[in-house]
Amino acid sequence: MPAVLSKEISEWAARMAEHARAEGLDFYDTIFEVLSYDEINQVAAYGGFPQRYPHWRFGMEFERLRKQHTYGLGKIYEMVINNDPCYAYLLADNPLVDQKTVIAHVYAHSDFFKNNVWFSQANRRMMDEMANHATRLRRYVERYGIEEVEQFIDTCLSLENLIDAHSQFMRRQAERKQPPPDKREKPKLTRYPAKAYMDRYINPADALAAEERQLREAAQYSAGKMPASPWRDVLLFLLENAPLEDWQADVLATIREEAYYFAPQGQTKIMNEGWASYWHSTIMTNYGLNDAELITYCEHHSGTLATSPGRLNPYKLGIELLRDIEQRWNTGRYGLEYDRCDHMEERRNWGQDRAPEGRVVGRGSPGREKIFEVRRIYNDVTFLDEFLTPEFVDEQKLYHYRYDPATGRMVVVSRDFERIKKQLLFMLTNHAQPFIYVHDGNYRNRGELYLGQKHVGVDLDIKYATETLKALQRLWGRPVHLQAIIDDAPLLFSYDGEQSTQQHIDDAIEAPANVIEK
Amino acid sequence: MKIRTDHQRFRQIIRGKIREDLRKFLTRGELLGREGKRIISIPVRGIDIPHFRYGDNSDAGVGSGEGKPGDPVDGDGEGLGPGGTQEGHHITEVEVSLDELADILGEELQLPRIKPRGKHRITAERDRYSGIRQSGPESLRHFRRTFRRALRRQLISGAYDPENPRIIFERRDKLYRSWKTVLQPQSNAVIVYMMDVSGSMGDEQKELVRLEAFWIDAWLRRNYQGIESRYIVHDVRAAEVDRETFYHLREDGGTRISSAFRCSRELLENNYPAQEWNIYLFHFSDGDNSSESDSRECCKILTEHLLPACNMFGYCQVASAYGSGNFINVLHEHLSDQEDVITTRVNTKDDIYDSIKAFFSKGK
Repeated sequence: MPAVLSKEISEWAARMAEHARAEGLDFYDTIFEVLSYDEINQVAAYGGFPQRYPHWRFGMEFERLRKQHTYGLGKIYEMVINNDPCYAYLLADNPLVDQKTVIAHVYAHSDFFKNNVWFSQANRRMMDEMANHATRLRRYVERYGIEEVEQFIDTCLSLENLIDAHSQFMRRQAERKQPPPDKREKPKLTRYPAKAYMDRYINPADALAAEERQLREAAQYSAGKMPASPWRDVLLFLLENAPLEDWQADVLATIREEAYYFAPQGQTKIMNEGWASYWHSTIMTNYGLNDAELITYCEHHSGTLATSPGRLNPYKLGIELLRDIEQRWNTGRYGLEYDRCDHMEERRNWGQDRAPEGRVVGRGSPGREKIFEVRRIYNDVTFLDEFLTPEFVDEQKLYHYRYDPATGRMVVVSRDFERIKKQLLFMLTNHAQPFIYVHDGNYRNRGELYLGQKHVGVDLDIKYATETLKALQRLWGRPVHLQAIIDDAPLLFSYDGEQSTQQHIDDAIEAPANVIEK
Repeated sequence: MKIRTDHQRFRQIIRGKIREDLRKFLTRGELLGREGKRIISIPVRGIDIPHFRYGDNSDAGVGSGEGKPGDPVDGDGEGLGPGGTQEGHHITEVEVSLDELADILGEELQLPRIKPRGKHRITAERDRYSGIRQSGPESLRHFRRTFRRALRRQLISGAYDPENPRIIFERRDKLYRSWKTVLQPQSNAVIVYMMDVSGSMGDEQKELVRLEAFWIDAWLRRNYQGIESRYIVHDVRAAEVDRETFYHLREDGGTRISSAFRCSRELLENNYPAQEWNIYLFHFSDGDNSSESDSRECCKILTEHLLPACNMFGYCQVASAYGSGNFINVLHEHLSDQEDVITTRVNTKDDIYDSIKAFFSKGK
């Protein structure tokens, strides 16, 4: 399928790699393939991979991309897969200058994949893994029929976002597994040493019996508690506890694995794109361009970074913030002294007169070193939390907008730094997905599943929640419940396989094993 | 390509052929959009798998640009949504022209382009963007050329500073694309729509006919530059009417299909000589003709007069609660050797796809 890389492009790829390495980028071997429009749309619909399991949503995405392209609403310039070696695709009809830009851009992505800590747990053989998933699921389709398998995939996809992106860094759950307590074993009671004839006075029988009862109850309670504490990785919980057939468990595990694979890319969208844009810009303007290509390059570069009202461009925000950090660290605009200074004029000219010894711009400068550190240990949330400044927000003309019910339009509400920052962090935290935990896997001792939403100021969409509960029930088999706060009141949504209900939570409703704090 | 299978399956779900359970998650729009001003808003259809997600009160975001508090944010109000721009916005309303709509139809149904027959009758004017000139609307500004002129001017006048390479356009730098009007031969076509408006054709049937005719129109207009549509209604008698009347007229009484055929024969002989026109005949009916003899008469008119003149004759039988719907069988019986006769049955809106496909898949 992929056309052979032309000599010109492969030469440029080698040259760009050299420049990128000289600048300090450290990336996986990167394989470029040249694809036609249709091919690149297919690969894009597959999330960047040449093979996926059969599912209609890839076809839906393909159609959307193709229409988008046909009507000139957008086109894919670059696509790169986090894998070792890295795979990247070039669009066959692009002029050489675009290809060069994309190549430089891709090396920076590859460097980011390799070095950013949030990617450290990602599977670097995902190319093969995705192909294996495809093969396995195809086999299930052959055996059980497309209808059944597809329907099950749809059910799993409904719950796809109920993972815990941070859990990939946690090991403790596995180690804490204890053997189930033996019910016949007598609990150890408090016995004070005593001579035989004094024993019944020092360790009276009714006290011992009371203690034994107490211990038994406690043991029973903690043993019966499932999960032991609120559990964020709902998919894993289902995988371990739902009554699934082998093939169903395998499909669910596949979907979960893929969701985890894509999670870090969602967590670092702004940084990753900012980093790649920073480097294609640096490399292209320093080494990559000839005179004739300059204007085309500028036009496309500015197109990539264009902003439009009501829309935040991650490429733009990322590159500007990285440049801001570089500039701040080159001029010493950080640390206690700078933070405490509230003299506007002084802040503005900070570092102009007291430049640190040997200050340089670019390679080897403290600013450059800082951004290399940033690309290693931050994700979008921590990146913005740490480095967003009022000056930056001002300079980038950021604003906070909100739906105005009176006019039915989105309106600018504020240019206040704190509000903008809060809104940005909210949108990025947990990928703007609600926080849902398993609170009880044996609710009311009837094997019912009880989920709870950790409310962070925004209500769930009721219609969607009701439908999603149905998907959950299909996996769980027994009735399922979701506790959520709607209009400041705690509600319990339930689905028992036939009927959806919702009721206000009061004392009459039994609490789950892990009580949800209000 | 591997994705074809997934794409086919998606299309089938969209059309409601499979996976009934996904029906309620379909995000579907109007099949027939605005036709006025020849612009139509066609949504990209999708299926929205439910997730736990935030509701309406999360409609806020961060943007960048000018504006005071209270000013509306133009655009679609899409901020940095979940996962950048990857998810959550399955419906994209795209403004497309009728031509593009027809292209989508053609692609969807894999219709071949129609090969016009006959002589190219008239020449038509078309605009071609082929030149450059000094004035014009800004939307046609040629960026590269303008830039080059501005750069040259600044170099000559010494205003260019390599350290700060800022190029500022002046009025005299600007160049615009211009067009020439060229004459092109074109072939013309006429579509004659005939509809049975007897008592058994209800509103539901008319709606089907209207949709079917809309797509026929869209596709043929895409294939011919100059096209005319004529409309004939009939019960026991036939008359030519205008478009408005065609769709809204309601008559009672019986059905004599031959009257419509006779009427269109007259129309063609008087106005559209076969050697100069591509002629398309479509007849819509519930197929309940009054008598066997009239049905035979119909076949006779068709074979002797209409078929030799026209590109194709399409008969589309819509289901109705009344009547035998026998006319389609008569056509099959008598005209099975005529390949220009194409018959389809349309019972529900979903059948329209297949009907259009049947009519035009031969590329005539």
